[in-house]
Amino acid sequence: MRDGGNMKQRLVLVGNGMAGVRTLEELLKLAPDKYDITVFGDEPHGNYNRILLSPVLSGEKGIDDIMLNDDAWYAAQGIALHKGSRVARIDRAARQVVAEDGTAVAYDRLLLATGSRPFVIPVPGHDLPGVISFRDIGDVDAMLAASREHRRAVVIGGGLLGLEAANGLMRRGMDVTVVHLGDVLMERQLDGAAGALLQASLEERGLAFRMGAQTEAILGAERVTGVRFADGSEVSADLVVMAVGIRPNIQLAQEAGIHCERGVVVNDTMQTFDPAVYAVGECVQHRGATYGLVAPLFEQAKVCANHLAALGSSRYEGSVTSTKLKVTGVDLFSAGDFVVEDGDEELVFKDAARGVYKKIVVRDNRIKGAVLYGDAVDGAWYFQLLREEADISASREHLLFGQAHLGDSGHGEQERVAAMADTAEICGCNGVCKGEIVEAITAKKLFTVEDVRAHTKASSSCGSCTALVEQLLANALGSDYSESPKKKSLCGCTEYTHDEVREAIRANELKSIRQVMEFMEWKTADGCPKCRPALNYYLLCAWPGEYNDDYQSRFINERAHANIQRDGTYSVVPRMWGGVTSPQELRAIADVAEKYQVPTVKVTGGQRIDLLGVSKEDLPRIWGDLSRAGFVSGHAYGKAVRTVKTCVGSEWCRFGTQDSTTMGVKLEQSTWGAWTPHKFKMAVSGCPRNCAEATIKDLGVVAVESGWELHVGGNGGVKVRATDFLCKVESMDEVLEYTAAFLQLYREDARYLERTAPWIERVGLASVKQRVVDDAESRRALAERFRAAQQGAQVDPWAERAEGAAKHEFIPIRQVG
Amino acid sequence: MNQADAETQSMTQWFDIGALDDIPRLGARVVRTAYGDIAVFRTAEDRVFALDDRCPHRGGPLSQGIVFDGRVACPLHNWCIELSDGTAVAPDEGCTGTYPVRRDGDRVLLGLAPGMGNVVSLVQAAEA
Repeated sequence: MRDGGNMKQRLVLVGNGMAGVRTLEELLKLAPDKYDITVFGDEPHGNYNRILLSPVLSGEKGIDDIMLNDDAWYAAQGIALHKGSRVARIDRAARQVVAEDGTAVAYDRLLLATGSRPFVIPVPGHDLPGVISFRDIGDVDAMLAASREHRRAVVIGGGLLGLEAANGLMRRGMDVTVVHLGDVLMERQLDGAAGALLQASLEERGLAFRMGAQTEAILGAERVTGVRFADGSEVSADLVVMAVGIRPNIQLAQEAGIHCERGVVVNDTMQTFDPAVYAVGECVQHRGATYGLVAPLFEQAKVCANHLAALGSSRYEGSVTSTKLKVTGVDLFSAGDFVVEDGDEELVFKDAARGVYKKIVVRDNRIKGAVLYGDAVDGAWYFQLLREEADISASREHLLFGQAHLGDSGHGEQERVAAMADTAEICGCNGVCKGEIVEAITAKKLFTVEDVRAHTKASSSCGSCTALVEQLLANALGSDYSESPKKKSLCGCTEYTHDEVREAIRANELKSIRQVMEFMEWKTADGCPKCRPALNYYLLCAWPGEYNDDYQSRFINERAHANIQRDGTYSVVPRMWGGVTSPQELRAIADVAEKYQVPTVKVTGGQRIDLLGVSKEDLPRIWGDLSRAGFVSGHAYGKAVRTVKTCVGSEWCRFGTQDSTTMGVKLEQSTWGAWTPHKFKMAVSGCPRNCAEATIKDLGVVAVESGWELHVGGNGGVKVRATDFLCKVESMDEVLEYTAAFLQLYREDARYLERTAPWIERVGLASVKQRVVDDAESRRALAERFRAAQQGAQVDPWAERAEGAAKHEFIPIRQVG
Repeated sequence: MNQADAETQSMTQWFDIGALDDIPRLGARVVRTAYGDIAVFRTAEDRVFALDDRCPHRGGPLSQGIVFDGRVACPLHNWCIELSDGTAVAPDEGCTGTYPVRRDGDRVLLGLAPGMGNVVSLVQAAEA
């Protein structure tokens, strides 16, 4: 169909699997009308989730559970689907593909997604009935049929796929022996120690192993009866599953003269050596690497779709992968390169009684690989540190204990997700249980944490259960479940990362949100609630005094300068310098509370007084009254400098070494009004007893006899993190100078909505120290930029609004009836 | 137009709620009624829409949300609602009431009639 002058191009996809169809889905999102699409698939099914074949084999899921796109989907998209039709050849000169049944379809663009083939060891007997591989629904059907009639199975190959097949067959009631050539199971993912633990655990479940065994022949006349090894020994078998590996399926491409090595060779745009032919998925070789896990394939799909849509704005730069074994009850995680080479360091934790083993391989203070067995909850965290190439020198002493060891709030000790009951609550914020999440992953075909958030709300609020959700995804989907781009784009409106956007703002002197969106070719007209507040902050930070704050791009709390509550009322927190107040101030607050009939008056965690339940229309009047009593906004609602909590210090306390309250007041007076990437809390303690809890603040000051210690990057919220020691200084002025420099570095360097704790973990304490402590010139420059920005920032928003600014924000446009 | 629509239209009362520029671009204002608030939104292209100021999720005031690409994100839990028809953006499911809006020069007129949205059904209930 080439209709109405608007000539559609023709796109043919060969291979109806996950990578190819995902590319079509991405393409349809970008350019729904660009192509007439034809799909050839040699299996008699729609597109299904191949990584869920193991649970189908083990009986935990049915075939219907794993279908991704049924016939109706293809019909609805106007895609011509040829099921069970194998493509015989590609005629590149005539630009057409020809199927075995003679069907010929012409193309303007061809997409190859032919996947991979199981490797069959060419030993005598490999073609006997009863010898199969583990690759598609047909293989699963054959295994299920065999399990009903026969008892003894041999699985050749102790890798990921082989073990999943063995586990499935065992659960179907067969006696299973796993034959492995090497000495370590899953040696591409596990080291010797973890492999041994895994083997012991699987033996306990009933699997038998023949390690270091080389298969010499498969025995039998009519049907397989056994396997003989190189040492002459034999095992009997009614079913032999070959799972020794996969090979990219390149035959079709090769015969068409498209350049192939191990796979079909593609460049960073997923284009083969023939510019009209693209390729994605397991058949592809990119920068020398082939991939068999789902996340890289999806990344490729996204890039390929971008180029098929002729947008030309993204590149695939290879993937770092992680692996998870889909055997129920086995917690195992592996990522990166865990082979220890010269110059690498190994961090190892082993608790044989609990069956826990963790190894992290470090090179130049960066994680290069990780193997976790028995307790894999921190896998996602290590994987993130690995991908971001984070400097771990400051955290290495507790790295092996994981991110969760400090006690995440909201889910107690529940860390071993595989063992949890379906009714166990995963997301404490939104009340979502394990069963609901697992159900949604299967029923709604979810692949990423983002998907799970959208559909179940789990992990969408405080985020502390993200690792648990990732675990559930990993357990349900196995292999590499979530998308793992090295570069994470700022939001769905752009391909660019936070850092790239920020750099472009600086380098190209972009001075408004519209300019940024135009210059960086935003995909949406108005941006979204994720990118607009981020852009507003970046512009504000880059061009202090010059940028016009875009209030419509701020979250309501920052637009209304008060905290929205669940019933739509607001809360008001006046600033109380250093937490010090007076009878006159308290009287003014009491008067306001009575005058406006404030339902709740509460002392906050940051030593301030909160007036809750104020209607929006009353806000400017309340602020006017507070302003006349000398108060300014406490910024308790913003991504901004919050409070400085203090203890009474040497003025009163018999243990106090310094005047911590005065220090706190000075700190708050010099920093209030500053917008920051996320909220920023401080505290000053008058002695190391630390009554102000300074070591869980973004910046904590602890007085000692000889001066002041500065601690940074603490957090007392969702994920408790104690501060890192930054340095010790002698005078109050130095505290102010170092604080200004640290704050400015955080403002300029951290990504929007990144607290100091994850920021420091990402960039490394060393680099912060270098720029704030070691390099005096850098410190002075940072502090100077902070002070310059403060000139325009320390204007009380409450006083302005009490005097009539932004009036429309607070009153109805009209009353009707 | 079917009969019910025609009836609704004939019973619609139009209220002048203010000038277009009284509503910030990519923002909203509230029309207060005795039976609840109506949120009136203005898009980047100066299209104007009116919805019950209640998110179908937990009743959050939609007028306080961030407006983008013909939608508003609820300030409480970030549900996204289509301004044109009040439906929640998938995968969330739900719908909030809508009201017709007309422009007359720079004036914005809001139409209210029985059967529309939350507010007017309440008016009906009170009168019954």
